Amino acid sequence: MTGTDPMISLSNVEKRYGAFQVLKGVSLEVARGEKVVVCGPSGSGKSTMIRCINRLERHEAGRITVDGIELTDDPKQIEAIRRDVGMVFQQFNLFPHLTVLQNLTLAPVKVRGMKERDARDLAMQLLETVRIPEQADKYPGQLSGGQQQRVAIARALAMKPKAMLFDEPTSALDPEMIKEVLDAMVALAGQGMTMIVVTHEMGFARQVADKIVFMDQGQIVEEATPTDFFSKPKSERAQLFLSNILGH
Amino acid sequence: MKAIAWARANLFNGVWNTILTLVAGYLIARGAWMAIDWGLIHAAWSAPDGRACRAITNDEGACWAFIEQWYRFILFGRFPPGEQWRALIVVILFIGMVVVSCDRRLWRSAWPITAIWVVGLIVSFILMHGGVLGLPVVTTDLWNGLPLTLFLSVIALAGAFPLAILLALGRRSDYPIIRALSVGYIELVRGVPIISILFMASVMLPLFLPAGVNIDNLIRALVGLMLFYAAALAEVIRGGLQAIPTGQYEAADVLGLSFGQKTRLVVLPQALSITIPPLVNTFIAAFKDTTLVTIVGLFDLLTTASNSITDPQWRGFYVEAYVFVAAIYFVFCFSMSRYSRSLERSTER
Ligand SMILES: Nc1ncnc2c1ncn2[C@@H]1O[C@H](COP(=O)(O)OP(=O)(O)OP(=O)(O)O)[C@@H](O)[C@H]1O
Ligand SMILES: [Mg+2]
Repeated sequence: MTGTDPMISLSNVEKRYGAFQVLKGVSLEVARGEKVVVCGPSGSGKSTMIRCINRLERHEAGRITVDGIELTDDPKQIEAIRRDVGMVFQQFNLFPHLTVLQNLTLAPVKVRGMKERDARDLAMQLLETVRIPEQADKYPGQLSGGQQQRVAIARALAMKPKAMLFDEPTSALDPEMIKEVLDAMVALAGQGMTMIVVTHEMGFARQVADKIVFMDQGQIVEEATPTDFFSKPKSERAQLFLSNILGH
Repeated sequence: MKAIAWARANLFNGVWNTILTLVAGYLIARGAWMAIDWGLIHAAWSAPDGRACRAITNDEGACWAFIEQWYRFILFGRFPPGEQWRALIVVILFIGMVVVSCDRRLWRSAWPITAIWVVGLIVSFILMHGGVLGLPVVTTDLWNGLPLTLFLSVIALAGAFPLAILLALGRRSDYPIIRALSVGYIELVRGVPIISILFMASVMLPLFLPAGVNIDNLIRALVGLMLFYAAALAEVIRGGLQAIPTGQYEAADVLGLSFGQKTRLVVLPQALSITIPPLVNTFIAAFKDTTLVTIVGLFDLLTTASNSITDPQWRGFYVEAYVFVAAIYFVFCFSMSRYSRSLERSTER
């Protein structure tokens, strides 16, 4: 495998719920270390697309590969890909019956076979980087939304993933907490992590994204650098979307 | 001072509340007085026989002399009197094992609890049955009273619990066959009275077994109870499983946890902790339901009590006998209920 292979690649991915086709042939390449921001109107299939990448949804046609491994029905492949791809959800989805520290050490110990001690050291280190080491022994229910989402990011990172998926990580947060989560993501981007981020935080997109992907009705309508996307969107739908979201 | 302020705020705030407080207070006081009068003041504590006892109490008080004479029979039934110390040790052992298993610190790993129970059950069986170490054999038809009640309810529930977890998981499985089997089992067993399950286990099962194969009546009842309790507990646990949001499953999936790890480490701990109150409810009901084994000829605690009052010398002291047995049941059920409260409080966060 050479360094120029894409980290994540989708080609002609299709997915339907019953008669309704959610993804109508989506193709996307994400290089190692590349940061892709995905945006688009509600119901356009953004969540479905990134959920297909780690098999929370099964795609019905097309190919998905992660770091050279093709995602098939083979549980071994699915397992291998899930180990390499971290995910952060809109609703945090922390384990409420475990402490913050236990949330972070569970998978490294059980899935990666890491020693309890090493997992704990790694977890504390990650909590430092998301700036909440003092919350290690609390339960998720005792934290604010912003803190919970930072724990969720740290939990995904504890598996030492090669790529991270974010599905609207700040949409469930109160406005005053959005920044602390975005800061953690900016820091992560600075370390060279491959990231696909579904978000409507256009400031974050401008600052971090190498590429912006605009989706509508199950298709990628536009792929552009942030500068191009914000200054001269090609498609009418993207123009409309931008004028709605930027409020003018 | 504080008590007066509290009473004023809660019991005597307003005309109706004051009236209600006075009426309720009168009824409680009267009931308590009648109980004390009957149970203590006019009670007879020892007497050679029933007639003499009645002469003392003048039929106005409890004849505890009856319990004094018969408590060993009520507790241990026909277990040979010289060997009853063995049954007593088993009772203490069972209570001890249950109390130890209630300690949450032991739940982190399955091994300590499993070891305690395997050893405890082997020791209990040896003590009850004998035949080794110079202990005379006591056949299972003589295992009566409290040891039988504990033996049946504790083992049946302990066996039913893991089975119930499997059934509840099976009912939500992605595999249609497993789901159909679980649903079929649960609905079938739940749709039938426990008595008919016991009858089937005790009367019909031998008809299906090859000649010469004979399963002890006690084991048959035990299995019948276990199968019944499993279906009841499975439905309670299913309620807990349903309350777990899909996000929890997805979070476990994307971290790479296997199905078993996800179930054991993420789903079940949450599902079981929110079902503690209904689980304990089911446990308490099940503990009292074991008394139904009397219909397949087993002498549980309630049966020994009702047999004790047929003795010609001591006929008809049923109130005393049932109060005695009720007190024993109450101690067990109340402890379970208190334990459930403390668990609930410690899992609240
Ligand atoms: N399990 C499902 N069954 C049926 N339809 C579904 C299911 N999940 C999603 N959909 C539909 O698929 C479409 C795309 O959904 P998706 O969640 O991917 O959109 P999205 O772009 O993430 O939207 P949002 O911005 O609202 O999160 C929507 O119309 C949605 O109603
Ligand atoms: Mg979405």
